[in-house]
Amino acid sequence: METITTDLLCIGAGLAGERVAVEAAARGFETICLSIVPPRRSHSSAAQGGMQASLGNCIKGEGDNPDVHFADTVKGSDWGCDQEVARLFAETAPIAVREMAHWGVPWNRVVPGKSTYFKAGKEFEKIELPEKEGLITARDFGGTAKWRTCYTSDGTGHTLLFTMDNEVVRLGVTVHDRVEAVRLIHDGETCMGAVARCLRTGALRVYLAKATLIATGGYGRLYRETTNAVINDGSGTILALDTGIVPLGNMEAVQFHPTGIVPTNILVTEGCRGDGGTLKDVNGERFMDKYEPAKQELASRDVVSRWMMHHIRQGLGVKSAYGDHLWLDIRHLGEHHIKTKLREVEEICNSFLGVDPITQMIPVRPAQHYSMGGVRTNKDGAAYGLKGLFAAGEAACWDMHGLNRLGGNSLAETIVAGKIVGEKIADFLEGYEVHFKSACIREAVKHHQEREDRLIRGKDGRENVFVLRTVMQDVLMDKVGIFRNGEDLQKAVDGLQIIYERTAKIGLRSSGVGANPELALALRFPGMARLALCVAAGALARTESRGCHAREDYPERNDRDWLKRTLATWKEGDSLPTLTYEPNSKVWELPPGDRGYGVCKIISSEDPVVCGIEKPLPDSIE
Amino acid sequence: MERALKFNIFRYNAMDPRSVPQMQTFYLDETDSMTLFIALNRIREEQDPSLQFDFCCRAGICGSCAMLINGRPDLACHTKTKDLPAEITLMPLPVFKLIGDLSVDTGTWFRAMNETVQSWIHTDRTFDPKATEERMSNEEAEAIYELERCIECGCCVAACGKANMRPDFMGAVAFNRIARFITDPRDKRTMKEYFDVVGTEEGIFGCLGLLGCEDICPKHLPLQDQLGMLRRKMGWTAVRHLFDGLLGKTA
Repeated sequence: METITTDLLCIGAGLAGERVAVEAAARGFETICLSIVPPRRSHSSAAQGGMQASLGNCIKGEGDNPDVHFADTVKGSDWGCDQEVARLFAETAPIAVREMAHWGVPWNRVVPGKSTYFKAGKEFEKIELPEKEGLITARDFGGTAKWRTCYTSDGTGHTLLFTMDNEVVRLGVTVHDRVEAVRLIHDGETCMGAVARCLRTGALRVYLAKATLIATGGYGRLYRETTNAVINDGSGTILALDTGIVPLGNMEAVQFHPTGIVPTNILVTEGCRGDGGTLKDVNGERFMDKYEPAKQELASRDVVSRWMMHHIRQGLGVKSAYGDHLWLDIRHLGEHHIKTKLREVEEICNSFLGVDPITQMIPVRPAQHYSMGGVRTNKDGAAYGLKGLFAAGEAACWDMHGLNRLGGNSLAETIVAGKIVGEKIADFLEGYEVHFKSACIREAVKHHQEREDRLIRGKDGRENVFVLRTVMQDVLMDKVGIFRNGEDLQKAVDGLQIIYERTAKIGLRSSGVGANPELALALRFPGMARLALCVAAGALARTESRGCHAREDYPERNDRDWLKRTLATWKEGDSLPTLTYEPNSKVWELPPGDRGYGVCKIISSEDPVVCGIEKPLPDSIE
Repeated sequence: MERALKFNIFRYNAMDPRSVPQMQTFYLDETDSMTLFIALNRIREEQDPSLQFDFCCRAGICGSCAMLINGRPDLACHTKTKDLPAEITLMPLPVFKLIGDLSVDTGTWFRAMNETVQSWIHTDRTFDPKATEERMSNEEAEAIYELERCIECGCCVAACGKANMRPDFMGAVAFNRIARFITDPRDKRTMKEYFDVVGTEEGIFGCLGLLGCEDICPKHLPLQDQLGMLRRKMGWTAVRHLFDGLLGKTA
């Protein structure tokens, strides 16, 4: 079998994976990225609106600094994040955004003088300062006190990813595209790389590495209605769960974005609302100004999505063949603005809906968008439980988003975490040696090979993997969605357990020869079902409402009992994850309080450290 | 309104010794708002799970799904069946190496292209994490973004007469990339250095001016303008080079 040895193996070559690779390669370490698609096709490219960094260059961002960004991020997370990580993130973001400018991102810049902008449907005037001319500008996004979201039109993810891959090419980092890691090689203590499957030929390969990074993005495709690319099925997260050792953090934390278009669930950016677009109902009337007088359309995504679903439940949605929806109205922003700052939106609406957003309203409804949960790591990006295993970006639960991520903080996280974790991995690699144990390699290969053989022979049964996937997606969508309750969540867990049992009987209907798509899915799907069970079981157990996790039967945010993070592991042979918990933050720089938007019913914590009355013990600062 | 669609799809699995290149026919009832993304996935899930094709973002952003749709290169995800006749022929993109059925290897091709044109900012400045960013006018930034919008889908290469004849032809995507860096004040390469990359027969001087690239670019990039600009600039550079050489000789 082909065996390749390297210092660092990056599984995933989107923004986070490539940023880590660039850091390690610049420090002189041999680095190989695996990607199931050519790296520039990674889902990072689809991020539109921008990247938050508190540069404070534009006039509406005046006075911004990392403290304000930190506070916005913690409030956005509904105090579910690790505050040390959020602090580290907010401090590093301005450097990371400037570094991307140095590498070539054509950020939009401050144009001095008078201009108009829209907020909540009304027109206002602003005057940009002449001394700020030509510095990186920013737009408004939800849940932020300042205009902080740096952008290149609405193709920010695209320009960031192309620029990052340019660096990868410049540094000569090897990328093996159309390769999927299928099993980590480890001995229960140390990770030694991964077994991977070539998606061109179907051949297996062994990658031996001193350090292995999981940066495979989110698990949105567990849901029926998602803005995510078809590749976002949590394949890297599955690798970690399948070790039986490494826990996944807060898998129940799943974000719905307010503006997926109906019917295809393609995203139109939050920048639409940031730039002054409004949400309207069947009567053509706004409603966010009534529910959220302060932030209106620009409350955080979890809050806006809930009000939208609430409004639809009140019978004020627009009926359509694809279910009820609402309208996003950006017509008043004008043709020039849409054609320069919202180009992708214009193209998507015209191409996929036949709607011209300059003259028509856009049909929208909340759709699954972001996975806050993922491979649990410490603040260095090191996964719990296995030496030499790291994670970064959406695949990781680092955990700066807690129970809800702010718009513009995901692109920022990929770059910032990539930079920080990349440095930590390079530090780790300095002088580090690992024994590649042949028994572990053989066991990992054998485990996978046997699964493939059984599927191709069809000896286990005739379950159709496409059908099982559809059923699973329906269960999560219908029972573990925006509003949740104990009864539905129990049904979801029960239903998913049955689906999981059926995965043992999957049989191929095609030959499975070569780059066979049915085999690729059949290999991945049992892991997807395990992830779905982690999501549902975690949601059932969390008896409170926080961020995007809204329990109708437990409407309070319970700081007394639930300032903690769910950790899910999976023991071989089990049909449910094992859930344990840890405090979600060691330091409480910003004690829990009112977010300033959303319904705020709080059961308060009495812990003096959490409340900011006492300082944490010195060892816990470490 | 509902039509029965007939799909003729190219099939070949190079890893299967029994497979021979051929066209295969599938039928589907058209549904409202059907795109080729929806149609191909239905064919795979309901009729032939071995059918190979590539989609990723399914939103016209990532460039994965380019193929020949009734002979014309385009992104399958944003192609609506209602804009096509009832008989639809799908072929893999030419020029790129076939992986199987409708799937081609664009990754290897584009990595090589990016290496050839040295698709990165060439500068002697080092990044100072404490410094404010270098200033740039917003117009400059927007001009760069205009060309940066290329998604490397490969349609312009597949539609290029020259690239179809000559595998080492760089193609409009490479010329657009060079134009992007010429536009960028941060890139310190001289015209001579750009000339060394594209001032050749495989480069801009090999372009036949057929402009299939301009016609089919799914992102509507102004490729014709870039080809013209590059040909002019490189032509002048060649003349100057020649002139300098003559002067050097007579001196």
